Amino acid sequence: MHKLWASTYKEMLLLIRDLGGIAILFIMPMLLLIVITLVQDSTFKTINDVKIPVLLVDNDNGEVSKNIIDNLSESNSFEILQKNTEDEAKEAVFAGKYQLAIIIPENLSASLQKKVNQNVEGILSKFGLEEDNSLVEKEAIPAKEVRLYFDPATQLSFKSSVKNGIDKMISKIETQSIYKAFQTELGEEEAVPIFDTENFISFKEVRQTKGNQEIIPNSAQHNVPAWALFAIFFIVVPLSINLVKEKNQGTFVRLRTQPVNYATVLGGKTIVYLVVCLIQFTLMLLVGIFLFPAIGLPQLDVSGKLPMLYAVALFSGLAAIGLGLLLGTIAKTQEQSAPFGAIMVVILAALGGVWVPVFVMPKLMQSISKISPMNWGLEAFYDVFLRNVNFVKILPEISLLLLFFIITILIAIIYNQKKNAV
Amino acid sequence: MIQINQLSKKYKGAEFFSVKDLSLKIETGEIYGLLGPNGAGKTTLISMLTSLLKPTSGSFTINGLNFKENKNQLKQLIGIVPQEYALYPTLTAFENLEYFGSMYGLKGEILKNSILEHLEIMGLSKFATKKTATFSGGMKRRVNLIAGILHQPKVLFLDEPTVGVDVQSKNVIIDHLKFLNQQGTTIVYTSHHLIEAEVFCTRVAIIDQGEIIIKGIPSELIKTQAGANNLEDVFLAQTGKALRDYA
Repeated sequence: MHKLWASTYKEMLLLIRDLGGIAILFIMPMLLLIVITLVQDSTFKTINDVKIPVLLVDNDNGEVSKNIIDNLSESNSFEILQKNTEDEAKEAVFAGKYQLAIIIPENLSASLQKKVNQNVEGILSKFGLEEDNSLVEKEAIPAKEVRLYFDPATQLSFKSSVKNGIDKMISKIETQSIYKAFQTELGEEEAVPIFDTENFISFKEVRQTKGNQEIIPNSAQHNVPAWALFAIFFIVVPLSINLVKEKNQGTFVRLRTQPVNYATVLGGKTIVYLVVCLIQFTLMLLVGIFLFPAIGLPQLDVSGKLPMLYAVALFSGLAAIGLGLLLGTIAKTQEQSAPFGAIMVVILAALGGVWVPVFVMPKLMQSISKISPMNWGLEAFYDVFLRNVNFVKILPEISLLLLFFIITILIAIIYNQKKNAV
Repeated sequence: MIQINQLSKKYKGAEFFSVKDLSLKIETGEIYGLLGPNGAGKTTLISMLTSLLKPTSGSFTINGLNFKENKNQLKQLIGIVPQEYALYPTLTAFENLEYFGSMYGLKGEILKNSILEHLEIMGLSKFATKKTATFSGGMKRRVNLIAGILHQPKVLFLDEPTVGVDVQSKNVIIDHLKFLNQQGTTIVYTSHHLIEAEVFCTRVAIIDQGEIIIKGIPSELIKTQAGANNLEDVFLAQTGKALRDYA
């Protein structure tokens, strides 16, 4: 125990003597959290403050194009900028000046009306409701297409959400035209609608409640755990460098000749770096609770969750430290440990669902993500922050994190023993 | 007593043995010098004797103990002063010694007093609270030496303990090693300073290409080597004048 305490004290001294290193360990994760949350905040807001400028070429100038323009304007997501020609719009979008151009074809309103009338008349004649129900040869009306141009750099998710929105809007306009045509054919006045053109089937998101209050997830509750976990795992880099340095400066050689086991040496590092992880986590929580509201971001709600949050942070920290110690044990130079550690953390973050949610990943990647310790940590954090679970529910995840720590440490000790066997 | 029996070491991928079938007996209380040109196998031999390297074949015992069966007991018994400054540059001299002393199980006042006493002997008392990064080569060598002797080892291995230091530092180091030897510590050391070895060692072995070519009391070796006036003459006569560069 005395040797473990001496190792811990030595590690603490080494750490506090490197003020620049401490600043990086604590300030950079907070900066990362603030920047990412500011960037991602809009995607969590129901009403978007930012309007995306969209070019629109109206070759129709009819009722349908007016409807499209009105709908787009009402969506509050887009700022409509009209252009005169398709080529002009296409050039601007492909040059990256705009994200999207919508080209409404010529005679869209007239052709849609004609097509709808033709179909309605056909149906009514089947029911004998048309005055002249003799078979009239149908005029061929070519299908019309609304053309979309996207900036090649536009993300696929944005593209598909715009395409879905426009598709839905066009379907609604078509349906309304059909109802209107029926009403006209039936001789009813347009002013008194007999058909309700609004959707009969709608959907409502039912959110989890706590007491009588709905739990509404915000960007802070998504970002703080995700990036706090990312920062915790980045401890792999300085920790592995710390071990490699010991080997290079000869102190590890001396330790190998002394009556102290490798587990004690690793134990001292584990204790100090675990404290670092917990301080990092605390600072990030403080940023979420106090700084976020001051800079216009949603406040992080931790009420009643702190013990569980710290339990997840503690075990995530252990898993990260295990990985760092293993890497530091195996690596021979800082050139090996630093880039490998940093890239490994980014890979684990990607697999764990920090960048992209696991459920949208391909099946294979979803399976692989289940073996990423960051995924266990992130799921445990989401369980606490967003799913409002009790301690028992996070036990499987924190047990896996602990197991990961034990396995990595055991591998490091065995590797060191084999490497230095006499 | 150190008893070495046909000890060999061949590094992975190496063409030759660094230490080959080396047998040697070092009595308790001796100051034994392992001398030889660069790459002769001196550091390899010391590394094996201090558990840093696994021998390819052969065996050895220190005071009747071996590393396979009595690892921790043996580690407590020996002290090592490596050739590199094995110190934490951002820790002070005192903090470095406190840590390495703790790893030998020393603690409290005993540890503190031992550190202060050794710093005093080595002329480093007023630098105890200075970071070793700011120390000169000679000062680092002296702290390096203290780190290996704080626990009063029975057998002390030193790999080039006076290399790159000024005459004053060298004298302090040698004087203290003599004192430790008088207190009963067996000393095994490697050096390129043959004049130093001649007056310091009770016995020496000249090693070349992993093998002992000659061993004995320095004065006797000088006497028996025709035309030799000192140990350096014996050394050159035994190992030749060709450069020994290895990569």
